[in-house]
Amino acid sequence: MRVVVAMSGGVDSSAVAGLLHEAGHEVIGVTLQLYDHGVAVGRKGACCAGQDIHDARRVADRLGIAHYVIDAEARFAKAVIADFADSYAAGETPVPCIRCNQTVKFADLTEMARELGAERLATGHYVRRVDGADGAELHRAVDDARDQSWFLFATTQSQLDMCLFPLGDMPDKRAVRDVASRLGLAVADKPDSQDICFVPSGTYAEVVSKLRPDAMQPGEIVTTDGRVVGQHDGIARFTVGQGKRLGNAAMEGGARQMVVATDPATRRIVIGPRGMGTDSVRLRDTNWLIPHSSAPLRCAVKLRARDALRPAWVEMSEDGALVRLDTATMPAPGQACVLYDGERVLGGGIICRA
Amino acid sequence: MHYLDANATEPLRPLARDAMLAALDIVGNPSSVHTAGRAARRVMEDAREQLAARFGSRPGELVFTSGGTEADALAVHALGHGRCVLIGATEHDAIRAAAPDATVIPVLRTGVIDLDALAMQLAASGPALVCLMLANNETGTIQPIAEAARVCRAHGALLHVDAVQAAGRMPVDMTVLGAHSLAISSHKLGGPIGAGALVLAPDLSAILPLIRGGGQERGRRGGTPPVATIAGFAAAASVPAEASPLAALRDAAESRAIASGAIPIGVDAPRLGNTTCLALPGVRADRQVIAMDLAGVMISAGAACSSGKVGDSHVLAAMGLRALAGQAIRVSLPWNATEADIDAFGTAYARMADRMRAGLVPHAA
Repeated sequence: MRVVVAMSGGVDSSAVAGLLHEAGHEVIGVTLQLYDHGVAVGRKGACCAGQDIHDARRVADRLGIAHYVIDAEARFAKAVIADFADSYAAGETPVPCIRCNQTVKFADLTEMARELGAERLATGHYVRRVDGADGAELHRAVDDARDQSWFLFATTQSQLDMCLFPLGDMPDKRAVRDVASRLGLAVADKPDSQDICFVPSGTYAEVVSKLRPDAMQPGEIVTTDGRVVGQHDGIARFTVGQGKRLGNAAMEGGARQMVVATDPATRRIVIGPRGMGTDSVRLRDTNWLIPHSSAPLRCAVKLRARDALRPAWVEMSEDGALVRLDTATMPAPGQACVLYDGERVLGGGIICRA
Repeated sequence: MHYLDANATEPLRPLARDAMLAALDIVGNPSSVHTAGRAARRVMEDAREQLAARFGSRPGELVFTSGGTEADALAVHALGHGRCVLIGATEHDAIRAAAPDATVIPVLRTGVIDLDALAMQLAASGPALVCLMLANNETGTIQPIAEAARVCRAHGALLHVDAVQAAGRMPVDMTVLGAHSLAISSHKLGGPIGAGALVLAPDLSAILPLIRGGGQERGRRGGTPPVATIAGFAAAASVPAEASPLAALRDAAESRAIASGAIPIGVDAPRLGNTTCLALPGVRADRQVIAMDLAGVMISAGAACSSGKVGDSHVLAAMGLRALAGQAIRVSLPWNATEADIDAFGTAYARMADRMRAGLVPHAA
């Protein structure tokens, strides 16, 4: 069959292209140009394409498959980068990879794959597609350390039906590198990408301050009862649950403090003693990979990319969901709450500000 | 496979290939004083004479370069020195990048340069160099260079003509055009990639080089010239370019595309016989290029960056097109195009248009 492979230039998606090509499929490699590499690394006049696009093309050359570069800069700037800064300015802690998967990657690439007459879109994500009675199901990867299901909860059912995730069954990353090496791909030993792709230096604050300087204005640190106990240098630098950057306020009242809320309207950071929490979490922008249920749903939820599964009851509503955790914790607005039934992803949403 | 992207590069003409093969076995460096050097020099100077004659110039006024981009850059560097530079709005990046601070001369909606605007701009400027292309790479639009030259002369301005797309596809003569310099590229007229020429007016032929090196090309372009490539260049340029036999095939391709919903761009002005620019409303140009390639038909779109991504066309934007500037492809027939190529194009285009436009409504949100 004809398969479009989303190739980032990294070892994972390169191995996917190689495996599908080896299996006899007609593979079409596509690499998204998401941002101007020259601008991102602060070098004027540098080529707009970075090393990753070059690597993807060389993998395609080696395999002898078609490969195209798609300009998604404008779309990415609006749907992902601007949204990232806006979310911080609204006192949240966004997950740009989820936005990117939801918009540029899965929405746009599945549509393109259909236009090009392809039956499937394959990616190098570590998740499993399991064909169930009601269509494709999204499951956690075999390799727990690499599992990316949390980042893919917003993939819609119709997108999922179109997708292939050949790496979901891989025992570990070593096995993927071995595939790339066996196929003679130069990226076999390429280091894993780190952090957020459009912030190569790792200082996300620079990106936010450029787009939303208001999120980097100084403000007050207050206690839950409204007492001003310190100053901060921009709400975008704080995440609910964070204990760092609080200065003298960190030990207010003799107890270790953490951020319990942010208020963009007053530019205030609210702190409280560690251990504070809530057992009720409201979700927006939900995506469901199961039929709508009016009865509360018993499942396990994950509130951060690297967090434990927490038992909860979930009530679906028209435009979101209400999660009742068995044990209180301090979820960060803007992060995702993803629902699991064992290995399977049932859906999820973005955590609202309390 | 059907190659319809001649404006990117023409297939090598057999006589150019023969001339190159013969020249590749010559050992010498044309700068050497010995017998081998003289043999290489003779091949190169024969080529220079042929090319100069072909473009209405004299051998001493033709400087070999690595290609069209270098010829354009050399012209801007040498003739633009101390002058205000004006460039057409639809010029190639070879000119745009060589003159980043240039004043832009607008084009009419037809794609033809606005000569009244040029006259006003020249009246308001000091000593000037005007850069205009003879034929556009994306639309094939042919500019009224002789008229522009009269405007330039009336204001004492120099005129550089980028004839890269025109040479080999229509008569090109320095004197007839009234240009002070002319940029030519080998591979756009069926020669090998890697050679070009800047042809200069007699009184301007002593120019300052971009690359000084060993003083080759009478000090106007340093570096050992690629003798075999230049031999192929001259051989390819010897093919007559009068009355193009390609216009009928191009018109057939255009009609097929129009029947599938395409809007042809630039048809209200004279244009090259091998080129058509076709917009498909609502469908991104890069998707069209990919779909056609997967169907075995090679065409192109807009200005492809070195990454291969396709951006919106500044040429079409200059012609006043908005959304369509990102939805147009260029079909450019090579010298060896056949009816079978046109048929394959028509079939693939119809299938692509059906599939892409069927998807437009449900994905409108």
